Amino acid sequence: MFAQQLVNGLMLGGAYALVAIGYTLIFGVLNLLHLAHGEVFMVGAYVGLALALAGFPPWAILAGAMLAAAALGVLVERVAFRPVRSRGSHVTPLITTIAVGLVLQHVVVKIFGAEPVAFPAPFASAALDLGPVTLSTLQLLILGTSIVLMVVLEIFLRSTPTGMAIRATAENQTVAGLMGINVSLAIVITFAIASALAGAAGVLLAWNFTGLSPFVGVKVGLKGLAIMLLGGLGNVTGAMAGGLIIGVVEVMSVAYLASSYRDAFAFAVMILILLVRPTGLFGARLQTG
Amino acid sequence: MLSDHTVSILIFAGIDVIMALSFYLPASAGQLSAGQGGFMALGAYTAAYLTVQHGTPFPLALAAGGLVGGLVGLAVGFPALRLRGLYLVLVTFGFGEMIRVLFLNAPAFGGPAGFAGIPPATTVWHVLGLLVVLLYFFTRLSGSRMGRAFAALRDDEAAAEAMGVNSTYVKLAAFAAGGVIAGLGGALYAHYTLFIDPEAFGVGRSLFVMLYAVFGGLASFWGAVAGAAILSILPELLRWVKDWREIFYGLLVLTMMLVRPQGLLDAALLARLFPRGERAAARG
Amino acid sequence: MSVPLLAVDGLSRSFGKLVVLSQLDLLVEAGGIHAIIGPNGAGKTTFFNLVTGALGPDVGHIRFDGSEIVDLPSYRRTALGICRTFQNIRLFGSMTVLDNVLLGLHCRTRGGLLTPLVGVPFRRPRAEVGARERAGEILELVGLAGTAARSAVELPYGQQRRLEIARALASAPKLLLLDEPSAGMNTQETIELEALIGEVNRRGVTILLIEHKMSLVMKLSRVVTVLNFGQKIAEGPPAAIQRDPRVIEAYLGSE
Repeated sequence: MFAQQLVNGLMLGGAYALVAIGYTLIFGVLNLLHLAHGEVFMVGAYVGLALALAGFPPWAILAGAMLAAAALGVLVERVAFRPVRSRGSHVTPLITTIAVGLVLQHVVVKIFGAEPVAFPAPFASAALDLGPVTLSTLQLLILGTSIVLMVVLEIFLRSTPTGMAIRATAENQTVAGLMGINVSLAIVITFAIASALAGAAGVLLAWNFTGLSPFVGVKVGLKGLAIMLLGGLGNVTGAMAGGLIIGVVEVMSVAYLASSYRDAFAFAVMILILLVRPTGLFGARLQTG
Repeated sequence: MLSDHTVSILIFAGIDVIMALSFYLPASAGQLSAGQGGFMALGAYTAAYLTVQHGTPFPLALAAGGLVGGLVGLAVGFPALRLRGLYLVLVTFGFGEMIRVLFLNAPAFGGPAGFAGIPPATTVWHVLGLLVVLLYFFTRLSGSRMGRAFAALRDDEAAAEAMGVNSTYVKLAAFAAGGVIAGLGGALYAHYTLFIDPEAFGVGRSLFVMLYAVFGGLASFWGAVAGAAILSILPELLRWVKDWREIFYGLLVLTMMLVRPQGLLDAALLARLFPRGERAAARG
Repeated sequence: MSVPLLAVDGLSRSFGKLVVLSQLDLLVEAGGIHAIIGPNGAGKTTFFNLVTGALGPDVGHIRFDGSEIVDLPSYRRTALGICRTFQNIRLFGSMTVLDNVLLGLHCRTRGGLLTPLVGVPFRRPRAEVGARERAGEILELVGLAGTAARSAVELPYGQQRRLEIARALASAPKLLLLDEPSAGMNTQETIELEALIGEVNRRGVTILLIEHKMSLVMKLSRVVTVLNFGQKIAEGPPAAIQRDPRVIEAYLGSE
């Protein structure tokens, strides 16, 4: 029972982590909050839905959702961040992104309706009996995909020139600019990556819950924020670990306590962390490892 | 005689203005609270519980709602002392959510099914009356000892401390007062809608309260008033676009913030509306 | 020497491995002007931060007016009569010149969050009227009488420095700490500043002055303390300090 819940929690947590990594990448680079990130996640999932309904295979659904989300993320940077980066306070992007989120929600409502819709399973899932734990092949796909994406990101940030440019920009924009790094480009790439991960998480969670609503981004977005804080603002590895922790805590709290407390746990953990250790469990700033 | 529809618009807009002022007060001391929906919930549930279960007279229930909002505001203020900027935004956000979840899990308050059967008590005059008191308060605050301490704390906390401002006290007072105003707003809301549930005070509420105030501009309390009044009446004006309404609304807010990143009534516009030199000269 | 207004005993502070102030003893006589000089990085501003409570020391005692203040928060020290100006001007940018000075009166006035609700409507409370009169006098003293309604950060640089002094004076300090008040001023402005500091001192305010312009130090101060690498290397009347070989070496050595 416990081992099974642990696996379920890790699966959920993996997808949460993908959302949180996006927040933390953007916060790390810009020191600003992106309150429409949950909506980017939601739009990614709906693009996945459209592809699934059109009969595309799972890998194409995932890739399509990631591409669409990345494009959307770049657009959001363009309309909600770049114009106010130098002129507004740190509060201004909160408002522009809330507005963008509102627009995205209702554009999706226009296209797909306001009611929750069913998300088709990508394939007939078989159950794998692994001793104390039963894992479906779909669960395996979800968990595997999030792990692969995180590993790829980690390698990208550490050992590619673009990844290093992003980290340098996060460290200090001015210095990065002086060193010849194209800061604006680094920011755009950061948004693309962060949003692609959110789009992937959208499809993974939709597969997991087999359903979708235009307003799902709010809850998931909030959880991503909590996880970002837990892991330490701007800390990518922290967001990964934090996502897994919150996923497990959430599944456990549903299994052993009341399900209605589920959402409170993420925030209780988050507030506790901020009071005891405001830099998060793993320290702030954009760093890996 | 006003039509029911007009009355309802006025009451909801009035409550939105009250809520935006509840955000503005701590914000004027540099303390951004993204959890005002939580304080509103506390005021609404407290007052509703008293009138329904104990038959408490409305004015007393209203005061109790404000009091509970204020006390919890004070409690939230303590952890907030250690946090700044966006950290504070996130933590207060989390607190607002926790309060909502607590009501969701409190059978005495109806849990997720909500709390019904609240006697009608709030009239447009109550809302306007509270607004008049608040506007009077904010007008006088800006030229008072505490009002200046708020502004100083927002501009430069260390310098304010060096000039003798007890920043701990001032921040706690600001949070508590913001909680009182939000609690009053919630109590008025509950006794007009006659039914409340936790969803009414969720993230959406907290974010919109912040949106109203920032949209209007944080340079003066008039910004919060203007922002909330305009944005809560705007959906009425957008009726003709039918189900494109939210999309229009979002695009309008976005466009305004891009044109005026410091909000509608920014410092420059305020200076033109209320020229300082003339004011000072008029005072002698 | 009379009873010292400020008595600092064994004060040390380090940031990480960097020792900024080491075992400093210092007495400031009541009523005088006491200058602290030293090369950049000597620990002068850190010393001010420790005296005003912006920073806590690692070890050491600070006695002010006979009582230990080392554990008191900043604002309590201001209330006891210690106030300062900042080297990198830190006026309240969203406030007017007058409001900056009125803020300085914070610890000398009363009034809480509910005060705005009491009193006669549309009439300024008496305490506020009194505070404004006092602030007006102080602005006049520093020569900023005509600027009351302007935004503080709109003032020219030299006037902003004067406003910093006015704001600090509003708190009615017994000890006023001036951190490089003449920085960025031209000769004329420096001469006016010198007169202002002298006048403030004549009105009974003891002054502790960090200053780089030697002419100002020599003319104003009764005692000069020289810091280098966080330690006191010399102390005495300005004329003696000017000839002290350790001081000359510290300055030449740092060039």
